[in-house]
Amino acid sequence: MSLAKVTEKWERWVSLLDISNFPLEHVFSFRFWAFVAGVILAAFFGWKVAAVLAVWLGMWWINTSLAASGRGSFVVPALFGLTLLGLWQLVVMLFGVPAVILPPPSAIAARFATEIPTLWVDFVQTIIKGALSGYLMGCGAAVAVAVLIDRSPFLQRGLLPVGNFVAALPIIGVAPILVMWFGFDWQSKAAVVVIMVFFPVLVNTVAGLADTTMMQRDLMKTYSASYWQALIKLRLPAAMPFIFNGLKIATTLALIGAIVAEFFGSPIKGMGFRISTEVGRLGLDMVWAEITVAALTGSAFYGLVGLIEKRVTFWHPSQRG
Amino acid sequence: MRNLFPILTVLLAIVVIWYAGAVVMNSTWTQDQAERAGVELSFSEVVADTMAQDRPKLPAPHQVAAELWKTTVGKKITSKRSLVFHGWITFSATMVGFGIGTTAGILLAIGIVYNRAMDMSVMPWAIASQTIPILAIAPMIIVVLNSMGVQGLLPKAVISAYLSFFPVVVGMVKGLRAPDMMQLDLMRTYNASGAAMFWKLRLPSSMPYLFASLKVGVAASLVGTIVAELPSGAVRGLGARLLSGSYYGQTIQIWSALLAAAALAGMLVGIVGIVERMTLKRMGMAQ
Repeated sequence: MSLAKVTEKWERWVSLLDISNFPLEHVFSFRFWAFVAGVILAAFFGWKVAAVLAVWLGMWWINTSLAASGRGSFVVPALFGLTLLGLWQLVVMLFGVPAVILPPPSAIAARFATEIPTLWVDFVQTIIKGALSGYLMGCGAAVAVAVLIDRSPFLQRGLLPVGNFVAALPIIGVAPILVMWFGFDWQSKAAVVVIMVFFPVLVNTVAGLADTTMMQRDLMKTYSASYWQALIKLRLPAAMPFIFNGLKIATTLALIGAIVAEFFGSPIKGMGFRISTEVGRLGLDMVWAEITVAALTGSAFYGLVGLIEKRVTFWHPSQRG
Repeated sequence: MRNLFPILTVLLAIVVIWYAGAVVMNSTWTQDQAERAGVELSFSEVVADTMAQDRPKLPAPHQVAAELWKTTVGKKITSKRSLVFHGWITFSATMVGFGIGTTAGILLAIGIVYNRAMDMSVMPWAIASQTIPILAIAPMIIVVLNSMGVQGLLPKAVISAYLSFFPVVVGMVKGLRAPDMMQLDLMRTYNASGAAMFWKLRLPSSMPYLFASLKVGVAASLVGTIVAELPSGAVRGLGARLLSGSYYGQTIQIWSALLAAAALAGMLVGIVGIVERMTLKRMGMAQ
C-alpha cells in the first residue's frame, strides 16, 4: 500500500469519526469513558454484559439530553431511579444471581403485595408505637429543656458542649440497656428513640433561641415586653428554622433507633424483628420489602416535617425563594 | 476555658444523678433479697448494697470505672477480654470504611459538580437517601457478604463506608460550589484551565465544608461499624461486647463497652477537628 493511499484512508476515518472537531471536554465526560469501557467489557465478556451496558448507556443518554434541555427536573431523577431498578432486574435475570443473595425487584414487589397484612402489623408496632411516640416525647422534652435552660447562661455554657458531644456519640448503644429496663415491647423502643432524638433537637433549639439580634431584643424592651412575651413573640418564632433543622435530623434517627433496638429483643412483630429473622431464614425478598417500607416511611416522615416547616417558617429567606 | 467551670458542673450533676438513679433502680432487687432472707435493712445498708451488686440494673459509675480500668489497663491488649483489643477491631473497620466512604464521596461530588446530568439524577437520590434508615439493612449486607465468602473486617467497613458516604457527598458538593461568580470570573480573566480552576479555587474553598461533613461522617461510620457488629454473630469488637453483655445480663460490661465507644467517638471527632484546625490555619482560613 502506498503512502498516499494510507493517508487517504486515514483522512476518511478521521472525517468519519470527526476527530478533528471532537470537542475536548468530551474526553473528560463520563459518557465517553463509559462508552469506551463498555466496548472493551462487551468484547471480553459477551452479550450479557453488552445488553446491560446498552440499557444503561441508552438511559444515560436520554437523561443527559433531558438534563441538557434544562427541563424535567422531576423526570431526570425518576428516570435514574427506574434505570437502577431496571439494571438490577436485568443483572439478576441474565446472570442468574441466586435469590438468597439479591432478589430481583419483581420478586420483592410480589412479596410486598402478598405480605401487606404482616407489613402493616410491623409498621404499626415499629413506626407508630415505637418511633412516633418516642419522637414526639423526645422532641417535646428537648424543646422544653431548651426553653428552661434558656434563662441560665451558666447552664447553657455547660450543657451545650456536653450536648454537642453526646450528639456525636453512638447513642444507639444504649439500646440493649433500655431493652433490659423497659422490656421487649414498644416502650423500650420509644425510650431509645427519645434519647436518640433528644440531643440534636436540644442543641439546635438552644442555638436557635440565641439567634436574635440586639436590635430585635431592644425593640421588645421598648415595648416593655416581659420575658415570656419576648420568648413567645420573638425568640421562639426566630428559633423555628433551627428547631425544624433538628426535627428533620431527628426523623431519620427515630426510625433507625426503633428498628435497631428491635435487634436486641422484641415481641414477634416489628420491622427490626422481621428483618433479623428473615435474614436468618434467607427470605431476602421479605427483608427488601421491609426496607422498602422503611425507606418510604422515612421519606414521607421527612417530607411531612419539611411541609410543616414551610408553613411555620414561611418568612425565612430559605423558604421564600 | 471560660466554659470549663459550667461544663464540669454539668458533668458533676450527671454523675450525681447517675448515682441517685443507681440507688433507686437497684434497690428493688436489694429489698427483694432482704425480704426473702427475712431481714430488715436500714437505708445506709440499702445504699451500700445497690453500689456493689453483681448484675445491677444500673451499675454505679465507680463500678463501670473499675471495669473499664480492669479491661483496659489490667489485661494484656491481645487478650479477648481487653477492651483495647475490641476497640481496635472496631476502630480498624471504622477507619477502612471511613476512608472508602470519604474517597468515593469526594469523587462522586466532583462528578456531580462537573456533570449536569449526574447532578440532576444522582443528587436528589443522595439527599433522599439521608431520610432512609440505612442502618436497617446492615444485618442483610453482613449475611449476604458472608454467603459470598467475604468475612471479617470488610463487611463492617462496607456499612460504615455507606454511612459516611452521603454526608461527604452532600457537604462536598456544597463546598465545590462555594466559590461565587466573582471568584470564578477572576479565574477566567487569568485564562485558567479547568484543572487549574479545580485545584486552585474550587478544591481549596471546599475545605471548610469537607471538614464539617468529615466530622459527621466519622461519627456515622463508627455507629455503622458498631451496628454491623451486632447481627453477624461477631465475637470481636465493641458492638459484639454490647450484644454479649445484653445476652448474659452483664450490665457492667455493656456500660463499659458503651463508654469505650463514646471515648472512641470523641477521639475520632477530636482528631478530625485537630486536622481541620491545622489545615485551615495553614490555608489562612481559620478565624
